[in-house]
Amino acid sequence: MVKKSRIVYFFLIIFALAALMIPTSEKIVNGIDLGLDLQGGFEVLYEVEPQEEGQEITDETLQNTVAALTQRVNILGVSEPNITIEGDNRIRVQLAGVEDQQAARELLSTEADLSIRDVDDNERLSGSDIRENSASVNFDDANNPIVTVSLKDGDQFGEVTENIINEYSPPNNRLVIWLDYEEGDSYEEEATKEDPKFISAPAVSEPLYTQDIQIEGDFSVEEAENLADILNSGSLPVELEEVYSNSVGASLGEQAMDKAIFATFIGVGLIFLFMLVFYRFTGFIAVLTLSTYIYFVLAVFNFIQGVLTLPGIAALVLGVGMAVDANIITYERIKEEIKYGRSILSAYRSGARRSLGTIIDANVTTLIAAGVLFYFGTSSVQGFALMLIVSILVSFITAVLGTRLLLGLWVNSRIFNKKPKVFGVKERDIHEP
Amino acid sequence: MNLNNSRKILKRVIPFVKFRNIFFLITLVYILAGGILLSTIGLNLGIDFQSGSRVEVSAEEPLTEEQVRSDFEAVEADLEPDDITLGGDNNTIASARFIGELSQEEIAAVQTYFEEEYGSVPNTGTVSPQVGQELAQNAFISVLIASLGLIIYITIRFQFLYGVASIIALLHDAFFIIGFFSLMQVEVNVPFIAAVLTIVGYSINDTIVTFDRIRENMPPAEEIGSFEDLAEVVDVSLNQTLTRSINTVLTVVFAAAALFIFGGEGIRSFSLALLVGLVAGTYSSIFLAAQLWVIWNWKKIKRDREKAPAEEEPES
Repeated sequence: MVKKSRIVYFFLIIFALAALMIPTSEKIVNGIDLGLDLQGGFEVLYEVEPQEEGQEITDETLQNTVAALTQRVNILGVSEPNITIEGDNRIRVQLAGVEDQQAARELLSTEADLSIRDVDDNERLSGSDIRENSASVNFDDANNPIVTVSLKDGDQFGEVTENIINEYSPPNNRLVIWLDYEEGDSYEEEATKEDPKFISAPAVSEPLYTQDIQIEGDFSVEEAENLADILNSGSLPVELEEVYSNSVGASLGEQAMDKAIFATFIGVGLIFLFMLVFYRFTGFIAVLTLSTYIYFVLAVFNFIQGVLTLPGIAALVLGVGMAVDANIITYERIKEEIKYGRSILSAYRSGARRSLGTIIDANVTTLIAAGVLFYFGTSSVQGFALMLIVSILVSFITAVLGTRLLLGLWVNSRIFNKKPKVFGVKERDIHEP
Repeated sequence: MNLNNSRKILKRVIPFVKFRNIFFLITLVYILAGGILLSTIGLNLGIDFQSGSRVEVSAEEPLTEEQVRSDFEAVEADLEPDDITLGGDNNTIASARFIGELSQEEIAAVQTYFEEEYGSVPNTGTVSPQVGQELAQNAFISVLIASLGLIIYITIRFQFLYGVASIIALLHDAFFIIGFFSLMQVEVNVPFIAAVLTIVGYSINDTIVTFDRIRENMPPAEEIGSFEDLAEVVDVSLNQTLTRSINTVLTVVFAAAALFIFGGEGIRSFSLALLVGLVAGTYSSIFLAAQLWVIWNWKKIKRDREKAPAEEEPES
């Protein structure tokens, strides 16, 4: 007696899965954030150094630096930046999809320390005299973009300008506006250069009792906006020394990605074909569960906002291997039991039970390895381990539980009774019990 | 499962254990060869693992890799960047990296050339291999710690000897691929580390599946009368899992081969490492881990027997 209802359940499950997977798969695939190596962009590793002698680099300073960097990255409009603290004094910034790398690098490492000095480089106003969040972009009479900042104390600027006028005579009656002035920089030297380090050096002819300072600097609108944003996002509490930087061109990444995806399709196609040829109907079940596996790995990875990198793809390949392996172990075991002369139903039950222990041990050992790599690993090693952990867990659910559910429905319907060929077993290989 | 019963459904039993010394010899030969290769010619380390210089060229027009390459050649014939990446709007910035630091004269020549050619002086800087080296070191230490964890788990679930044999197979596979890369002088970069980790993961998975069957087939120690009895258990187990071992490695090899052939130049050395390492992972489970286990376990059984007679069996 064939129980048709089980087979109906099977098709219901398949249709339900298809209804879930087909419309959402595109969104999931597009929603996965690609790492630097796949998408292009660049990576900088900074060593954090104290700004002044005696300043200690604590966890808190590192956290603050990361927060300030994150704000700056937002100015760039990069989605999903990856900023991590490594060791006690390093910060790694990974920006995928950045077009203008030079500008990004400058934006990141600037201390955003605005100072106004005289031509002899004596500080007249410092960043701490400026009101927080007061920088904005305006336009002067000639419609050139300028950046305006407000001072905390309205009288201060008047005093400074008055002092300049009293101490210096033209053409040295200037206010030199610096960003990130460093010991040793000099106006005299920079003024002769085509592209001086200071922003601008306007001359003052009368005392200006105003709270707002206008900074002209031959900016483009974008440059002016960036400067205003940097000033508003606050200065970095530390100095960042670039240890290493690595850039990957976006188009290069894109091409590499297209090829890798194409290759993955071929590889998965070959695996499917092999399973169908070698394991017949059970191979078909494997194809179903493997497709589900790939869908759910990507869905989970998307959900936990993992960043897919080349090592991640390697882990995915290993995960596919382990999912296929779980299927193969189960089917081989069932085949063996059939060869012992058991009925299909009992061969399926004992095969599924006996193979389960093997699969669990194999998965747990690999999971332990992945867990250790995740805990002790850094950057790429960690990315690999994360994807591997996700892969193993999902493969266990789909390739072990999923396969048993789907195959169980067919076997328990008794439709395969006395049909060992369905499992790829020849009649003559079967021994009487 | 009764062993005689198991034998019945196997068409033939390949006597792997009989040839164990041949496998050991083969393994020993290439491990030695690998050691010699690594200590003499070593690995062809890529830019990620060596210090060097970086020259960043910016131009008005979009650049291509070939163009930048020929530009450097024009500066000085033997100036060959080891890596060129394009970036910026429309690829107007090219970053070329060189293994080994450029001399002052070379930098000066490069700067003059590009200033004349593209109107701007390129940025030059040094590249430190620190990051690549630290990553490799981190991976190495993590694998060692993982090995310890695995030995503990396998000792609990199986037995200590299974654990040690699995870890030896795992280290063998990692070493094999490093030796292979030394032999072929394929460039080693950061993705190579990911490939080695994949192989380590596959190796342990494969060995455990094989060992699981041996454990299942093992009768109580007192039923093992001779080395041949023990060898029989291992041979039958290996033959039972052989179809599975071959089929599984075939499927992962399909995936790795597809990446190798169609995956593009960028990941070629990575997929080559996968391809070779996965096969090594299967080889080591059957020909190394299981064979080591058979010898060690026989020694252990004999040792336990020598201790035991004091307590019982006066008759023999």
